[in-house]
Amino acid sequence: MLSRVAERVYWMGRYMERCENVARLVDVNTKLLLDLPRGVSVGWGTLIDISGGSDFYRRDLDSADERAVMRFLLADQNNPSSLISSITCARENARITREIMPSEVYTLVNDLYLYLKERLPKGIARGERQALLEEVIVKVQQFSGMLAGCMSHNDAYGFLRLGCNLERADMTSRIVDVGTRRILTKALTEIEANEPFENILWMSVLRSLSGYQMYRQHVLDRVNAEDVVMFLLQDPLFPRAVEHCLSELSESFSRLPNSDDPQRVLVSVKRQLKTADIPQLLESGLEEHIESIQASIGEVHSAIATTWFLPQAQVAP
Amino acid sequence: MQIDWREYDGGEFYDELISSPGYPRKVTRNLAKYLSGLSSEEITARRHSAELAIKTMGISFTIYSEAGNIDRAWPFDIIPRVISHKEWLKTERGLIQRLAALNCFIDDIYNEQNIIKDKIMPAELITDSVNFRPECVGMKPPLGVWAHICGSDLIRDKDGSFYVLEDNLRVPSGVSYMMENRRVTKRIFPELFENHNILPVTEYPNQLFDTLAAISPRPLEFPEVVVLTPGIYNSAYFEHSYLAQQMGVELVEGSDLVVEDDYVFMRTINGLARVDVIYRRIDDLFLDPEVFNADSVLGVPGLMRAWQKGNVAIANAPGAGVADDKVIYTFVPDMIKYYLGEEPILPNVPSYLCIDEEQREYVLANLDKLVVKPANESGGYGMLIGPQASQKERDEFAALIKASPRNYMAQPLIALSTNPILESKNAEPRHVDLRPFVLQGRTSCVTAGGLTRVAMKKGSYVVNSSQGGGSQDTWIVSEEEK
Repeated sequence: MLSRVAERVYWMGRYMERCENVARLVDVNTKLLLDLPRGVSVGWGTLIDISGGSDFYRRDLDSADERAVMRFLLADQNNPSSLISSITCARENARITREIMPSEVYTLVNDLYLYLKERLPKGIARGERQALLEEVIVKVQQFSGMLAGCMSHNDAYGFLRLGCNLERADMTSRIVDVGTRRILTKALTEIEANEPFENILWMSVLRSLSGYQMYRQHVLDRVNAEDVVMFLLQDPLFPRAVEHCLSELSESFSRLPNSDDPQRVLVSVKRQLKTADIPQLLESGLEEHIESIQASIGEVHSAIATTWFLPQAQVAP
Repeated sequence: MQIDWREYDGGEFYDELISSPGYPRKVTRNLAKYLSGLSSEEITARRHSAELAIKTMGISFTIYSEAGNIDRAWPFDIIPRVISHKEWLKTERGLIQRLAALNCFIDDIYNEQNIIKDKIMPAELITDSVNFRPECVGMKPPLGVWAHICGSDLIRDKDGSFYVLEDNLRVPSGVSYMMENRRVTKRIFPELFENHNILPVTEYPNQLFDTLAAISPRPLEFPEVVVLTPGIYNSAYFEHSYLAQQMGVELVEGSDLVVEDDYVFMRTINGLARVDVIYRRIDDLFLDPEVFNADSVLGVPGLMRAWQKGNVAIANAPGAGVADDKVIYTFVPDMIKYYLGEEPILPNVPSYLCIDEEQREYVLANLDKLVVKPANESGGYGMLIGPQASQKERDEFAALIKASPRNYMAQPLIALSTNPILESKNAEPRHVDLRPFVLQGRTSCVTAGGLTRVAMKKGSYVVNSSQGGGSQDTWIVSEEEK
């Protein structure tokens, strides 16, 4: 398999996953908003921070309202991690790699692109938004299903899965971030921080990751911060848990040639994740821990790139 | 409203579907009957489903413009263009003959140059040719073939016979659209395929692979063949990707390839892998920055060395474009006689060479009746259609011709044949040409039909997709009923 194509396939996996994740990220906030009592507000600007897009948001983050943030996260072509940018990049990469995938996959990506291009300009208002976000999530799931069920599980598939799981690990950690202090900080200090609100918050986080039922079956306890964070970071079985994504990466590595280097970087991230004392970190500040996980995931990406992709100097500008 | 063939009139031109208003030709009888039996709602529905299929199948081409590159859906008209099988057999023989002679010519030009020594062709035509590559002199590519893939443009005059308008030997494109047109047509008119003996077009990728495998330096059953593309922003990228996919080979860009010890390798996730045959879809001058255009980032440094040593085969061979020149074109009938000792089966369009003084005078005096073409442009750029041009444009061309006679030739305006297209739910005649694709390796073959290009505007002769032309599915149909 060509190094350049491996890189393209990997990025297609990442961008498709990013589409789903942006949809889920927005979904947490929207759902949260519906469940919170009057008087408790949601900080929309924080979403931009969490999505990693604050460098591209040219206006004042604190005064960002729902509409501006939605436009930025979903429909802004100048924001490289917006939904529209992600699907555009996914489609570009799919175009380049269409010869190695079942042709239905390109059709699906292309359809989703055309759908979003048409719908996004008018689908940002809350009423329309829910249906649009759900459509994105369903389509990306269909994409994964089609690949799992119709594409040979060859090297190309391996790189696709790498991209997908790496992106997912990163985003789940970000969504956990939404749940920790950041989004409700102001609100909770204004009103006395108390458990019912916190539960609502974590329930929304779980629901947005389609993880509420899985959590209940697994934890058998009512929703609380400690257990949810442990579940989303350390559970080996829930597919959107960071630990699970990292294990999938490891599995994909083992099937690819020359994978020792990336594997080495990966095991150290896994160790870091497993040994974290979540209850303790929730007291002292989970934020830092999550940032350090994200940085380590970035290192895994670099190891993948140096091992299998074209040397930078060789890529035509 | 339904299509009424009595209302359809191609005028003075040869029409592909009817011989006179109300009378379809023998091979189109079933098609004409079928189409006139469709209600206008049915026609609209078929048309929409074709548009939808093209959009969702992602059949597109790229247009370069000041506002950036736009990926456009492939313009397609749902009415097929039909050619009788009997007529096609003869055309096929003519195309194979033509490419055989062109390959003899290219091989001769880069080696003995007998055609010049024997005074069949003046030497300055070669020395002044922008497509002659001194780097290729003395090369003997495998099987003596330089141009493995040729796309020749055929047109039909008023008399109904085919003429060759030009031979594209550099990087001819369009074959993927030929196959996709068929796929779309099958989807929207499945019932027609049950009632007609239509030759399939699906064999092309296999034939192309066989042609390319035949020139591999290593005698392998499945040599490492790659398609070399300039990348996603090229107007024919869709086709490059399509052909790689259909042949089951890698689609590579220049940056994927590297030359070491005069062998070509591609960079894979397992390390370097040797490449045997490159089907290149980039122009000569971008192939190798060490030899040609030094700024080229599309090519591969050292590629020419590897080719010259015979360690890799390139199709079409570098330098093959020397025969893709509208002035050299006028000598093809002579080449057929000279190299093959045969009479040309397919005629050229009558042409006037501006390099010849007498003919140049005729051209300059008759600019209002002639089509003037530069020797080395493609895509319909840089030409003058005399009868449709203004006096100012004609004066400009007269100056151009006088300044550089070698670079121009002229032809009478051929009355291109017409085929119906759907225009606001009714059939209307539009001018068409035909680009069949010819392969030459160990054996030769021709696509069943080719790509029919159609000028979508009334009265227009411009069929190029980059300039608003469309296309139609092309059927080679046996006269016998199925």
